[in-house]
Amino acid sequence: MSAINLKIEFGGGLELLFSNQRSHRIAIPANVPVPTPEGSDVQTKPADLTYLIFWLRDNLLKERAELFVENGTVRPGVLVLVNDTDWELEGEGEYQLKDGDEIVFISTLHGG
Amino acid sequence: MPPRTCALCNDARAILKRPKTGQQICKECFFYVFETEVHNTITEARLFKPGDRVAIGASGGKDSTVLAHVMKTLNERYKYGLELFLLSIDEGITGYRDDSLETVKRNQQQYDMPLKILSYDELYGWTMDAIVAQIGKKNNCTFCGVFRRQALDRGAAILNVDHIVTGHNADDIAETVLMNIMRGDIARLGRCTSICTQGEDTIKRSKPFKYAYEKEIVMYAYFKKLDYFSTECIYSPDAYRGHARAFLKDLEAARPSAIIDIIHSGEAFEIKEDVKATQKIQQTCRRCGYMSSNELCKACTLLEGLERGMATAAVTDRARKRLDADGPAPENLRTIPMFQLPSAPRQKPTTTAVEGTT
Repeated sequence: MSAINLKIEFGGGLELLFSNQRSHRIAIPANVPVPTPEGSDVQTKPADLTYLIFWLRDNLLKERAELFVENGTVRPGVLVLVNDTDWELEGEGEYQLKDGDEIVFISTLHGG
Repeated sequence: MPPRTCALCNDARAILKRPKTGQQICKECFFYVFETEVHNTITEARLFKPGDRVAIGASGGKDSTVLAHVMKTLNERYKYGLELFLLSIDEGITGYRDDSLETVKRNQQQYDMPLKILSYDELYGWTMDAIVAQIGKKNNCTFCGVFRRQALDRGAAILNVDHIVTGHNADDIAETVLMNIMRGDIARLGRCTSICTQGEDTIKRSKPFKYAYEKEIVMYAYFKKLDYFSTECIYSPDAYRGHARAFLKDLEAARPSAIIDIIHSGEAFEIKEDVKATQKIQQTCRRCGYMSSNELCKACTLLEGLERGMATAAVTDRARKRLDADGPAPENLRTIPMFQLPSAPRQKPTTTAVEGTT
């Protein structure tokens, strides 16, 4: 199965949930299963940012998942950038990841 | 998705969606509108005049780091003629404030501004570590907040400045509006949205980021690669504010203008005269000379509680009575040095405030 290589950066205190390490290089599957009713054929879709958020929670996050994920997306107050562009301009969770993408997560919730 | 062009210059690729307006703008236009809006906030409220000495309350966190950067930029661009200083308060929290103060020291070099650090230990004789060791984590935010407010004024007096600016942003102010409504704190509700507060006997204090969204402050710091510190305080966070904050962030996710709307609501509240009349008048603390709504200011009350080993008793008025019932303050009680306003020649005479009290 083909994989996509990504560079992940955490900032604004979020790195504390990820082994206190700001920069990570990861590889995730290019196509991921779509949840389907039991018995039907397994379908796949290209990996998107929503998939990545859950992948990070399940594979990279070390503590306090509730500070990262809430209601199927990042917790309100976490900013996401795709190749240095606000993810709100890139379709947010529906953005389809490409090999070599750089994704940045920054918490705005820590002290001023 | 095709790349979008900037709604302002119609040329460069958009990198940010502004929460305030929904506009999609490029990096250069973002820097320009962010800085210009702060400049407009400053000029419309006439915050400064040429020659003012201004201290930036600097914690090393995102807001005050961006504030220092923007104040320096605007002071040069628009020739405000200000003399800028960094003022940091060291609460004495090992593993938290000591690290963030290292960031402030780097800022001092990067922005070429004089830095003054004033510690709770030298001012009150107590670090937050020592306070928490005595009282636990329950009310420690009360101590820290009261002590910090007064420490900033005293640090500003030592620097001999006319004015303190703080990094409070639109999100902080909206949060405070919500908290004051939920607590029924009418006095603070009236005050918390004003951009500038100045009692007769206090140093002028203002919030140039009053209308700046947290999202834009963080994006500004990210794109300018500013050096800031972001760790949660190691002592229990202010739980009440935490709830207000989470609620506000949920509102913002549903409707980004919610933050500015709440600030406008806060500004529009009017306090009836008969409610105003029940509020306490400001006086001067008989022990330390700082402004106070009682005979003793809050910091002196809290300090006396700590010194007499009845710290948790000093947080409420009822508990204050218990402290009094225990007898008068001992003669050798540690006190805060007398507060004095900066001595430099000032535009407005400030002595009347002291004479006006009994």
